Amino acid sequence: MATAQAVAPETNPLVPGLERMPVHPTAMTIFGATGDLAHRKLLPALYNLAHEGTLPERFELIGVARSEYSDEAFRDEARSSIERFSRTKPDPDVLDGLISSIRYIPGSFDDAQVYEKLEQVLSEMREEAGQPLNRVFYLSTAPQFFPVIAQALGDAGLAKFEEAQTRIVIEKPFGSDLDSARKLNTTVLEVFDESQVYRIDHYLGKETVQNLLAFRFANALFEPVWNRNYIDYVQITAAEDIGIEGRAGYYEHAGALRDLVQNHMLQLLALLTIEPPASFEANRLRNEKVKLLEAILPPKVRDVRSMAVRAQYEQGVVGGNQAAPYREEEGVDPHSRTETYAALRLEISNWRWAGVPFYLRTGKRLAQKLTEIVVTLKPVPHLAFQSQGSVGVLPNQVTLMVQPDEGVSVSLGAKIPGPQLRIRPVNMEFHYGTSFMSQSPEAYERLILDAMRGDATLFTRNDEIEALWGIIDPILTAWHRDTRSPIRLYPAGSQGPAAANSLLRPGHAWRRL
Amino acid sequence: MSPGEDLWTERDTNPDAIEDALRELLHERHAENETLAPARVLNLIVVVDRDWKGEVSNRLQRVGRYHASRTVLCAVEEGRTTLDARVVMAYDEPGDGGIGLIREQVEIDIGPEHLSRLQTIVDPVLARELPTMVWSPHGHDEAVDALAELTDVVLLDSDEQPSAVEAFERARHISRSAYVVDLAWLRTTPWRERLAASFDPPYRRAALAEIATVAVRHRANAAASALLLVGWLSSRLGWQVTALGNNDDDGLDGEADADGRDVALKIEPVSQEVPGLAGVTIASGEGFSLSLDRGPGGLHAHVHRPDGSESEWRVLGASRGEAGILGEGVRQALLRDPTYAPALQAARGFCAVVLKERR
Repeated sequence: MATAQAVAPETNPLVPGLERMPVHPTAMTIFGATGDLAHRKLLPALYNLAHEGTLPERFELIGVARSEYSDEAFRDEARSSIERFSRTKPDPDVLDGLISSIRYIPGSFDDAQVYEKLEQVLSEMREEAGQPLNRVFYLSTAPQFFPVIAQALGDAGLAKFEEAQTRIVIEKPFGSDLDSARKLNTTVLEVFDESQVYRIDHYLGKETVQNLLAFRFANALFEPVWNRNYIDYVQITAAEDIGIEGRAGYYEHAGALRDLVQNHMLQLLALLTIEPPASFEANRLRNEKVKLLEAILPPKVRDVRSMAVRAQYEQGVVGGNQAAPYREEEGVDPHSRTETYAALRLEISNWRWAGVPFYLRTGKRLAQKLTEIVVTLKPVPHLAFQSQGSVGVLPNQVTLMVQPDEGVSVSLGAKIPGPQLRIRPVNMEFHYGTSFMSQSPEAYERLILDAMRGDATLFTRNDEIEALWGIIDPILTAWHRDTRSPIRLYPAGSQGPAAANSLLRPGHAWRRL
Repeated sequence: MSPGEDLWTERDTNPDAIEDALRELLHERHAENETLAPARVLNLIVVVDRDWKGEVSNRLQRVGRYHASRTVLCAVEEGRTTLDARVVMAYDEPGDGGIGLIREQVEIDIGPEHLSRLQTIVDPVLARELPTMVWSPHGHDEAVDALAELTDVVLLDSDEQPSAVEAFERARHISRSAYVVDLAWLRTTPWRERLAASFDPPYRRAALAEIATVAVRHRANAAASALLLVGWLSSRLGWQVTALGNNDDDGLDGEADADGRDVALKIEPVSQEVPGLAGVTIASGEGFSLSLDRGPGGLHAHVHRPDGSESEWRVLGASRGEAGILGEGVRQALLRDPTYAPALQAARGFCAVVLKERR
């Protein structure tokens, strides 16, 4: 039979024009399949992908965890989790189709027999499919098991598969400091090639974060002023009004710096400040992020006091209700020194940003839930209106709102109606919700699909993760060493500790929450 | 979020009064609650027969989040010479510190004589600077032509036309002045996605160059969808299209030329409750075949391999239903699919004999 010239074997001519890119047949194994993340996020995300017809044409799911479940018992658990947490009402036929073939392997993550059984189940699935299935191993366990599982997969010969692709997805936190992140990278990369590793931070799967890239690189309006010549300072805030919500076991060890700054906030900072990549191919984007993160010089341990503030919430009022101090939360050490608030001043040592301070703050039990980036421009060089009493003239601010409403707001000086030329700031606001009909997909749906497709753009590379920890590590060290000075307190429901003002340069101010 | 609604009605009115009412209602609502903001995505002009106004309005309600920002529903009533209008401003009260969206619907009862000058009635009541989509599900081609200058996108359903031939001619005519979103084409989307995915793995991709037969099964009134699907395959794979002929089963048979190799094509009507396609089978001369057929919870897939082995499984996916298709049609107003026009051209080629006879 002749081969048509129009069909090039290396490309698929049927793909152009389609919104949903093909995903090859896949068997996904979730380690920690009985855990909270799997039940609240991963299984519902997989269901929603199935509902929308975006899972691969052949999709098999295996759960691995320590609990002694049968296949049937695990299927029942998965079904009830999906029914409870799915963002779309489950279609009974689709749900049955997804659930009915799930396999479950009970056992300890360091037990070689678990991996023998896994190999057997994967082989059975491949046999039944009559075609190779890509393999995705999703590590949704406590972090101490990440190296154990990676090593065991390697020992069992499951890290490579000649017939199809093998990928490993590793949940956050990836390490608890620079040293542990390096060790984990070393262990994982002894077994897997970097191109197989997908370090997940669900924050990067959010539409808002990706919109940052569109905002910067699809609009010529902002780029000319996006540098030290025009920008006075930048503030990134991730404030929460809730407490630790019963997560003392995690939070006591993590604290605000590890919980939000090391990953989410530094990612926002990187996307806000990177140079334009030539394309959004995974490594080109990540190269730019690494270049930027490496330009943030980590503080010396002795200098941390002047660039970072930590604090912990005490009793206060949030939303009209009394809130208990952090140290009285269930499971928290009454003498805990864990920070529930962290504020930093960072600088980027490159031509574009030298001298511009970047203020980051995050905290629990603050006045309101709010995530935003505020870019304050330098004042105009000469204010012709001053003599006419225009006290309201303020520098322009570009505010990128992430939560609760996604949008962009630009503050401008405008004339107050009347006979005199008086100026006051007004806001020009754009809300994504008013201009798009689509609902944003759940971050996990996007990221799971990307991992199955082999698109690593929204995942963190090994050098990137080490660069992130490299910035934070001296601060962690300084705070860890300082066991004597009393931890600062701020009332629950407040703006945070007054000491955060000490980070600000003259003329700068924290935005009111 | 708790929904609310503001209403204005007037008999024997005019476009200026309607526009004033829209502005006034918006100002009043915003003054009362400045966390409410009007959605500003898309104008949708719908031209319907008066008797079916309620049914079309209900269909639009069911598209959910893909509701246009401002919908102008023109209901044509025999014998009417004046305009009656109703403006509904629906909103959700924002919760949790967010904003609430306002959506506007304008209903104008018009007479047949208004159709040829409909642009003068509708233009003043459109939201400025937004793309405008026109949907005329009950014909009224005169209105679509009259609105051409205001129109960025025309929504049509080739499966709803009396014949696929007429549907394709109409789509081609409209596409000269506006972007066409064809619901018949959107009914093929899951099938196109699945076929593209099925042939994407390297071990399957080579089979694209060896396709010997394509059979598409469809509900009796969805021949347009079936032809568009085959048209898409032909245009993507570079096949030369020749006219199909009628067969004894009320279907169409014929061949395409894949660089000197014949590809047998078959379009078969089958009994099916839901609109659109029922199944597709693609086979190579080497003994490989893949069938996808509509079933509960997704598509029933069957593959036969050259070594004689076979597999069956279900490709998961919930049906979008006709409301979902219409919603998708509205959403597509903001996108551009470069593969529709070549698929339409190929589909017209399959109908060439009929077209020639008509001329």
